[in-house]
Amino acid sequence: MTILDDFMVRAALAGIGVALAAAPLGCFVVWRRMAYFGDATAHASILGVALALSFDVSIFGGVLVTALLMAGTISVLSGRGYAMDTLLGVLAHSALAFGLVAVSFLQGVRVDLMGYLFGDILAVSRGDLAVVWSGAVLVLVLLWWRWSSLLTATLNPELARASGISPQREQLVLTLALAIVVAVAIKVVGVLLIAAMLLIPAATARAFSTTPERMAFLATLIGCASVIAGMYLSFNMDTPTGPTIVSTGTGFFIGASLLALLAKVWRS
Amino acid sequence: MSQMPGLSDMRLVTLKNATIRHSGTPALDNIAFHIDKGEIVTILGPNGSGKSTLLRAIIGALPLSDGTLERAEGLRIGYVPQKLHIDPTLPLTVKRFLNLPVRISDSAAKAALTDAGVPGLINRQMTGLSGGQMQRVLLARALLSKPDLLILDEATQGLDQPGSAAFYQKIETVRTELGCAILMVSHELHVVMAASDRVICLNGHICCEGEPAQVASAPEYQALFGTGTHGTLALYRHEHDHSHDCAHDHAEPEHRH
Repeated sequence: MTILDDFMVRAALAGIGVALAAAPLGCFVVWRRMAYFGDATAHASILGVALALSFDVSIFGGVLVTALLMAGTISVLSGRGYAMDTLLGVLAHSALAFGLVAVSFLQGVRVDLMGYLFGDILAVSRGDLAVVWSGAVLVLVLLWWRWSSLLTATLNPELARASGISPQREQLVLTLALAIVVAVAIKVVGVLLIAAMLLIPAATARAFSTTPERMAFLATLIGCASVIAGMYLSFNMDTPTGPTIVSTGTGFFIGASLLALLAKVWRS
Repeated sequence: MSQMPGLSDMRLVTLKNATIRHSGTPALDNIAFHIDKGEIVTILGPNGSGKSTLLRAIIGALPLSDGTLERAEGLRIGYVPQKLHIDPTLPLTVKRFLNLPVRISDSAAKAALTDAGVPGLINRQMTGLSGGQMQRVLLARALLSKPDLLILDEATQGLDQPGSAAFYQKIETVRTELGCAILMVSHELHVVMAASDRVICLNGHICCEGEPAQVASAPEYQALFGTGTHGTLALYRHEHDHSHDCAHDHAEPEHRH
């Protein structure tokens, strides 16, 4: 009997693993205005689930591949006459719709659709935990390694070029990291709420940050706190865990915004 | 300056037959361009003549549709963009900005800011800077990498006249002290003409190029900018070994600073 036998411990560790990777990556999503891009990639992953189930490959692999394909499609189609938000809106919702249609074809398998849409963090197995943490570590290593280049490319592509950094390569790094986060987060918060795990901690941290590093660090703390507090609340109120984690994060966001407002009024 | 012997051995960037097309139409057509060590070259041209496109090609941000770009081995480029938009969601102090992408010491950052004429900004947020402060911080960052080539894209846009005069004065000091080549795009004909070794007149293709005085009397230049600027130009044409304080003393009555 080890501590990992307790489903609550496994759930908490899985949630923290996702928050560790999603929060700093979410900062880049916020800075680069990629919120809809994150949404589209996440929504596409339900299609990945359907494909993985029908071809009997791992969910992680299926989701990773569709998320990357979605990101690739967006890059190819962008700048071809449609406004970016229109394009992303079309792709995000059609990917979700096609995914749901595809899942309905899977008659032989019993598919827990709600589990994929909103997450099923309490059912995280040891295997899932290993996948989540490997993905999270991979994303953190990727971000750590490319941090300066990513930041320069985010600031201004020409400044990056002049310093010998390829903005396209950095974009690719972020796309890859995003696909990994989507693939590991699907079990924890589900397709529909992954973007929230990216955006809400970063948005909450902004008001208290003077440097990008501080914002990423605070976002990570806020993300982990949301997971732990959300799980506690969900346990006590018997509410669905994924949505409760996101609601708790939103609570932090509102609290932080009010605090920032008060501080501003106090100073003036 | 451009007559210095052996200069061809110090060629920093060479473009040959460079063409860049934006969806079929050439923005730059068959450009031959080079810049040498320590040279100040200015690109002039009307709006949409491909000035920024040329700079971006030299930086490597735009692939050539045709032709070749050669850069000296290990060439360090300092780039000062026209303006830098920073998303308000990105918290960034001046100090952190100067540290991108290469980490520097606090004392180096402070020295760079003092040198650029904006000491004391180090802990300020980038989004809170005025236009002039921003340009100077951008210049400070560009110089921190000890560039062989400093590229300025209409760097004084949005500055008032004393501000831009001071900025260009700083640029000349930079050339003297660091010995780096400077490539700039500007609309401010008089300042530019005074400071440049070579002027390139661009309008999709290179209309004419040469020393400021030659270019100013070229019919292609006059077709683009009119002869009206000629007087102003004559005004500011002078040797490069002047001290800048007296540079504008030989003014015509109708022209004031």
